[in-house]
Amino acid sequence: MDTQVTKKKLGLKERYKLLTRDLGWETTFHTKDEVYPYVKYEGIKINDWDKWEDPFRLTMDAYWKYQAEKERKFYAIIDAHAQNNGHLNLTDARYLTAIKMFLQAISPGEYAASKGFARMGREFGGVGTQVACQMQALDEIRHAQTQIHAISNYNKYYNGFHAFSDSRDRIWYTSVPRSFFDDAMSAGPFEFMIAIGFSFEYVLTNLLFVPFMSGAAFNGDMATVTFGFSAQSDEARHMTLGLECIKFMLEQDPGNLPIVQRWIDKWFWRGMRILSLVGAMMDYMLPKRVMSWKEAFDIYGVENGGALFNDLARYGIKPPKGWDVAAGAIEHMSHQLFLGLYQWSFGTAFHGWIPSDDDMEWLSAKYPTTFDKYYRPRWEHIKKLEAEGTPFKNYGLAKLCQTCQLPTVFTEPGDPTMMCHRETEYKGEKYHFCSDGCQEIFEHEPEKYLQAWLPMPALFSELNGDIGAWMDWVGLKNGVDNGDYVGSQDQINFDKWRGMATSNKQS
Amino acid sequence: MAVTSLKEYIGVPRDTVANFNGKQLVYVSWDHHLLFAAPFLLCIPPQMTFREMVEGPLTALTQPDPDAKNIDWSKVEWMKSNQAWVPNFGASLADNGIGHKDQIRMRTPNLNSLRAAA
Ligand SMILES: [Fe+2]
Ligand SMILES: [Fe+2]
Repeated sequence: MDTQVTKKKLGLKERYKLLTRDLGWETTFHTKDEVYPYVKYEGIKINDWDKWEDPFRLTMDAYWKYQAEKERKFYAIIDAHAQNNGHLNLTDARYLTAIKMFLQAISPGEYAASKGFARMGREFGGVGTQVACQMQALDEIRHAQTQIHAISNYNKYYNGFHAFSDSRDRIWYTSVPRSFFDDAMSAGPFEFMIAIGFSFEYVLTNLLFVPFMSGAAFNGDMATVTFGFSAQSDEARHMTLGLECIKFMLEQDPGNLPIVQRWIDKWFWRGMRILSLVGAMMDYMLPKRVMSWKEAFDIYGVENGGALFNDLARYGIKPPKGWDVAAGAIEHMSHQLFLGLYQWSFGTAFHGWIPSDDDMEWLSAKYPTTFDKYYRPRWEHIKKLEAEGTPFKNYGLAKLCQTCQLPTVFTEPGDPTMMCHRETEYKGEKYHFCSDGCQEIFEHEPEKYLQAWLPMPALFSELNGDIGAWMDWVGLKNGVDNGDYVGSQDQINFDKWRGMATSNKQS
Repeated sequence: MAVTSLKEYIGVPRDTVANFNGKQLVYVSWDHHLLFAAPFLLCIPPQMTFREMVEGPLTALTQPDPDAKNIDWSKVEWMKSNQAWVPNFGASLADNGIGHKDQIRMRTPNLNSLRAAA
């Protein structure tokens, strides 16, 4: 009886302390600086690591229990989806373009985040930070795995899924998110936390995951909805970690403010560039649209972001420097990027297409001041080229931005008819950018970004411009994975199978 | 400091001209002609004349635009590194001062069919 009482008195805080006590030992053979060599060089000053409270104090046994339960539910639904031909419930196989892009470009980001948090769990000096980062590392690898497993069902029936890991490493558009995570992982632990823990997980995550998951729900993709829910339940912890981290840095020393502000400016801008892929997905790829990219930005960007930066104002933090420029480009970015994805669709492991008349009606309704004025005339001309038997392909390839690695498709702030040209010279080499934001990031750390492996120049430096050899190397099956959706195997098969499932038609 | 690092760090550029087998990269764009989503990336020898670049890759790549057939190349206005500039069509890219990764822009003031609906 007595021992039971003692056990009850051991509160969560004490149990947590006991569980983590071995992480917080005083070093004797080596100095703290030798054990944690990366916590000072970024210029962030920490006076008391114990001030970092881990608000969840989740013990490892509780963590395993929660996660195991989620996994059981997740795999039960995924198995049912596979056994019941869940893929035939999609609105249209064209929808899968969004999921191909997600698997090639976003899921590898989960894995990169896992590696990054595992490293930060080792680099940070405080116990609370170490435990929180290690748990997030486990969460992120779980996210990568559940996404790959869920999406692998589509690989049995559709093209463009079979070589996602080669695509991740080699194809051109995936270098956008890959370079984003490489940039964060090769930074110090504090910048990593602002980049991924705060800017990505807190400021941008709703603009990335909510559109994909609601797009999935609207288009009958239960596999994606399921992994979305399973991952979403970890988000509260991740967002708290990101927010705790930024507040901790700002409270520890007033000298930390300008460093943190510059990272917020940088990572907001890099994040917005990645989100152009999400914008193109929402406005062009979903057969059944949820809302426009502009509407999503108004809700999740302007409203939520505004509240967050109001809250941080008491520390002296200002909204990200590029905010107004980004907001001014919201009615253009998705149109500019999708136009590029269409004309370079011979080089994408997903399909492109000309928006249908219905699609264009929707776009003009959602973008009443920009779509008809700037973008419809281009699509009408592209339709004409298609009708004349000379479909539009742009074999000129594209100039890429040295920082974000996107093709430089974006226009001048305030002039949507003029492409934005930015260049600088450093140590006798020329470098090009899509925007002032990307140029400023480069100019602050040129020795970092001048090493960028830009996939389009590499096609010429490494493969002498041989597109066929390049396709083999990136795992792209020409005429199968790429090109127009209309007439593709994906379209033909989906229509056939759906016909068999919903009528008496036999193959 | 050109990079935040523990000690001095010097990066190695990945796309210097030495890596392009005797050729160089040239970026070309046509102002207000945004049917083409980004500047073209050409990988061509520095000995190529400006005229050869115009009549070869540039003419071929601009074909899909409805203005392409009406271009009077003798009237095109040019920019290099965002500055007004006059090329010598008979001279090589090198003699025109067009280096590796230079950005050339062309303007055709009265030819802007797809620019924007009124
Ligand atoms: Fe995640
Ligand atoms: Fe950029």
